[in-house]
Amino acid sequence: MPEFFASSMTILSVFIAFVLSCMTLNETLNGLVLNQTIYQWLLSGHYQFEVGFLIDNLTAMMMVVVTFVSLMVHIYTMGYMKGDPGYRRFFSYISLFTFSMLMLVMSNNFMQLFFGWEAVGLVSYLLIGFWFERPTAIYANLKAFLVNRVGDFGFILGIALILYWTGSLDYATVFKSTSIIAAHTMQLFGQPVAVVTVICILLFIGAMGKSAQVPLHVWLPDSMEGPTPISALIHAATMVTAGIFMVSRTSPLFELSDTALSFVMIIGAITALFMGLLGIIQNDIKRVIAYSTLSQLGYMTVALGASAYSVAMFHLMTHAFFKALLFLGAGSVIIGMHHDQDIQHMGNLKKYMPITWITFLIGSLALIGTPLFSGFYSKDSLIEAVKLSHISGSHFAYFSVLVGVFVTAFYSFRLYFLVFHGKEKWRLQKLAHHDDHHHGLNPKDNPHESPLSVTLPLALLAIPSLIIGYITIEPILFGSFFEKSIFLDIEAHPTMEHLSHHFHEIYHGPFGMALHSIVSLPFLFASSGVALAYYCYQVNLNLPKAIFNRTQMIYRILENKYGFDTFNEKFFAFGSRFLGERFWQIGDVKIIDGWLVNGTAKSIGKLAEKIRVIQSGYIYHYAFAMVIGVFLFLTFFIKI
Amino acid sequence: MIGLSHYLILGAILFTISVVGIFLNRKNIIILLMSIELMLLAVNINFIAFSHYLNDIAGQIFVFFILTVAAAESAIGLAIIVLIFRNTRSINVDDLNRLNG
Repeated sequence: MPEFFASSMTILSVFIAFVLSCMTLNETLNGLVLNQTIYQWLLSGHYQFEVGFLIDNLTAMMMVVVTFVSLMVHIYTMGYMKGDPGYRRFFSYISLFTFSMLMLVMSNNFMQLFFGWEAVGLVSYLLIGFWFERPTAIYANLKAFLVNRVGDFGFILGIALILYWTGSLDYATVFKSTSIIAAHTMQLFGQPVAVVTVICILLFIGAMGKSAQVPLHVWLPDSMEGPTPISALIHAATMVTAGIFMVSRTSPLFELSDTALSFVMIIGAITALFMGLLGIIQNDIKRVIAYSTLSQLGYMTVALGASAYSVAMFHLMTHAFFKALLFLGAGSVIIGMHHDQDIQHMGNLKKYMPITWITFLIGSLALIGTPLFSGFYSKDSLIEAVKLSHISGSHFAYFSVLVGVFVTAFYSFRLYFLVFHGKEKWRLQKLAHHDDHHHGLNPKDNPHESPLSVTLPLALLAIPSLIIGYITIEPILFGSFFEKSIFLDIEAHPTMEHLSHHFHEIYHGPFGMALHSIVSLPFLFASSGVALAYYCYQVNLNLPKAIFNRTQMIYRILENKYGFDTFNEKFFAFGSRFLGERFWQIGDVKIIDGWLVNGTAKSIGKLAEKIRVIQSGYIYHYAFAMVIGVFLFLTFFIKI
Repeated sequence: MIGLSHYLILGAILFTISVVGIFLNRKNIIILLMSIELMLLAVNINFIAFSHYLNDIAGQIFVFFILTVAAAESAIGLAIIVLIFRNTRSINVDDLNRLNG
């Protein structure tokens, strides 16, 4: 009964939040922009720290996406977490997450943004370690927390610089005084650097931590230790996109610095391509999707670098839907497989789990950018925007995102074919008997379709994954949707202008865009990726093994994830442990404990040990001492 | 003719006897008390001698005070000794070293 209360209460609340968000979006579509400070939290000198809300199209869109995906995940959780001892705790955590995320997107100043930023990080930490009796989960949540601290350190330095140069944390005030920031340079390591570049790069370091960009991406794959609904909500659809949102929000600053934009673009391009490659060799169903998330976040970041903020936000939205769908579908598969996550043990699940199968297929098709699906519109616009961009690094980024399309298609459909088609591999005895845990499907059992509370969110997420791109591309990218929220320096970065021109003059609308894409490079790359996946995992099953045998070297690099984890483990973790141990042994144990604290006590003790002999307890000894004393005083003080 | 120095020498002898009494006595705590009294008397003799020869009455007034205090002190001292005897069944000075460090 308390379980039912916990879930129904939270679902009702999130549902109300969703409805209100939709109403807010409707209001903002009619041109309403609310920017209001409602409470002054702190006044320090002439610096004001306030709580306030800024509601415009950007915020309203994020609110709808967050509450919608959150609602879906809430409903899904009822089925997924059924019988878990932490059921109520889980619901309270995800509700807290929804609150924090809404605070993050609705804030009208950097302080509140930072509050939401940290709060979602905290909830992420709590939820990755949700099953806290697993050592791997504890390791993963600590890792996520520490890596995010690195990013947040940069972020807060950036905020501090903004406060220093503009004297305010309020978005409106800061963006009004961008000219002050732009006019100054500062000394950094003896070199003069534009202030705005430093600010943007520091802010972006925060985004790198939260949105898992190379080299601060290492926490995201490990975060899959958390329950699957969380992977869908936090580590795919909403929280990890906070960095993208933040950069879009601060577009007036980023627009001023080509250096920062190039930096953003190159980091994004590296993430998009190289993290996608890692998805190819993963065998854990959730990890494949996690690497896919990394790669897609890289795509969004590339778009930010190309000054196509609206495209990044557009991709953020479509990605939220189809990636949440994929994760929840993966969760459904995991339920069906009795918590076995190894795709090598799956196969032919479409026969047993039809709803999961069809929705997962829709999600995969959206992810790889099949024309008319939502992912297509965002991703194709994104690639085109990168192509049209002229800032340094855009060629590399264009190459990365193009190859990334192929890689995305390949790993997505590798996963799809291995899970839903082919042989029913759990029936093979020797595979089934790996059970170090009690989970996994018995060879004779059949997987079952998940309950309605799981399949309903899948169906509801499949709908926007299919159509949202087609409907919204025109207003969001080329209309006036983001006009008031995102600042564009059209002279310096005319990307969106060109993109809009292409869209209207050449494609004549979203349908024409889909038609044109069939002869374009991204479609070619995507379809060849799917074809290769089909060939490798349906037709010639020995080919992947043969390729891996030939390319041991590359395979090993990929398996070690380019050595980021090893490097962090060896250098940072070992280094800080080494340093900590030295501080502990020398500073604490030896100097403070040994010398100062115990040393004082010990020397006093030793002295007392020596002089306690004098105190014999015999009166005549004391009398003798007194007489001696009198004698001494007489001799010293009485002058004759 | 008995002069100041004779009195002072008497006082010094009495004082020395009492100090030696404190040091040498190991058996009886009452003798300690007596030695202390004797010490005070030696001091009193000095006071009176000086008072007489310096024609200053203050020294003799001091002696009254000292005698009073000494009486009170020996009353308290005897009471303590009675208590010590009750607890330890001994007034042997060598046994009374419970307060050693």
